Amino acid sequence: MDLASAKMIGAGLACIALVGAGIGIGNVFSSLISALARNPAAQVTPFAFLGFALAEATGLFGLAIAFLILFVF
Amino acid sequence: MAARENPLAQFIIRPLVPIHIGGVDISFTNSALLMVIAGLVLTVLMLAASRRAALVPGRWQSLPEMLYEFVAKSLIDDNIGPEGQRYFPFVFTLFMFVLLGNLLGLIPYSFTFTSHIIVTFGMAIFIFIAVTLIGIARHGFRFLTLFVPHGVPKPLLILLVPIEVLSYCIRPLTLSIRLFANMLAGHTMLVIFAGFVVPLASFYLVPALFPILIDVLLYFLELLVAVLQAFVFAILTCLYLNDAIHLH
Repeated sequence: MDLASAKMIGAGLACIALVGAGIGIGNVFSSLISALARNPAAQVTPFAFLGFALAEATGLFGLAIAFLILFVF
Repeated sequence: MAARENPLAQFIIRPLVPIHIGGVDISFTNSALLMVIAGLVLTVLMLAASRRAALVPGRWQSLPEMLYEFVAKSLIDDNIGPEGQRYFPFVFTLFMFVLLGNLLGLIPYSFTFTSHIIVTFGMAIFIFIAVTLIGIARHGFRFLTLFVPHGVPKPLLILLVPIEVLSYCIRPLTLSIRLFANMLAGHTMLVIFAGFVVPLASFYLVPALFPILIDVLLYFLELLVAVLQAFVFAILTCLYLNDAIHLH
C-alpha cells in the first residue's frame, strides 16, 4: 500500500472517534430534556453545557488527528 | 480548478517585527499581536466600566458587571466557596483572556492564539503548578490524602491510588489539548468547507451555495464553542483549586 492511500485510510479511521462524541452529546441533551420535563425549576442547564463541551472535546481529539494526518504529514 | 490552500495555513505564526537577541528568536509575531490586542480590549473594557461608575449601569458598564458577577458567582462561589474569592483576579483574567482569544480568532483573517498547543499548555502547566503549590502550602503532607478516595476497601487502594495520581498528573495535558483541539478542528472545518465553494461553483452554481450555508451554520457553532471552551477552561481551573483547598 502506498503512503497516500494509507494516509486517507488513517484519517478516515481517526474520524471514528466522533461516534463517541455524537453518542455523548445526545446523551447529555436527552438527560437535560428529561430533567427539565420532570422538574422545570431545576438549575441544570450550565452543567449540561459543561457536559456538552467535555463530550464534544473528546471527539474533536480524533478529528484534530485526522486533520493533522491529512494536511501536515 | 483553483489551487487549494492548505487548511492549516491559517495557523502559521509569522514574525511581524523580527527581533533576534543572541541567536534566540523573540520576534513579535501575529500570535503576540493578537494576545496584546486581547489584553488591551480587556483593559479598556474594564477601565471604561469603572471610570464613570454609576448606580444604574449604562451599556458599557453592565457588560463588565455581568462578566464580573458570572465569574464571582457561577464560577467561584458555586465551585470553591467563599475561600475562593482570593483567586478571583486570576480566574477572571484567565477566563477573559481565553474568551477574547477565541472570539478575536473568529474575525476573518485574524489569528487564533488559543489554537496553538504551546499557548494552552503554557497556561495549563502554570495552573497545575499553582494548584499543587497552593495545596501543599495549605495542607502540607495532608495534601497527599487527595489521592486516597474515601470509603474504599484497603486492598483496592493499591489499584486506585496510582490511578488517582495518574489522573492528577495528566490534568495539564487534558486541559490544554481540550482547548487547542476544539479551536484547531473548528477553524480547520471552516476553511475546508470554504474551500469547496470555488471548485464547485466552476461546475454548478447552485450546489456551491450549500458549503456557504454549512459555513454560516458552523460559524454559529464556533461562536458557541468559543464561549463554552473559555467557560470550561475557567470552571476546570476552579474545580482544581477546589480540590487543592478542600481536599474532597
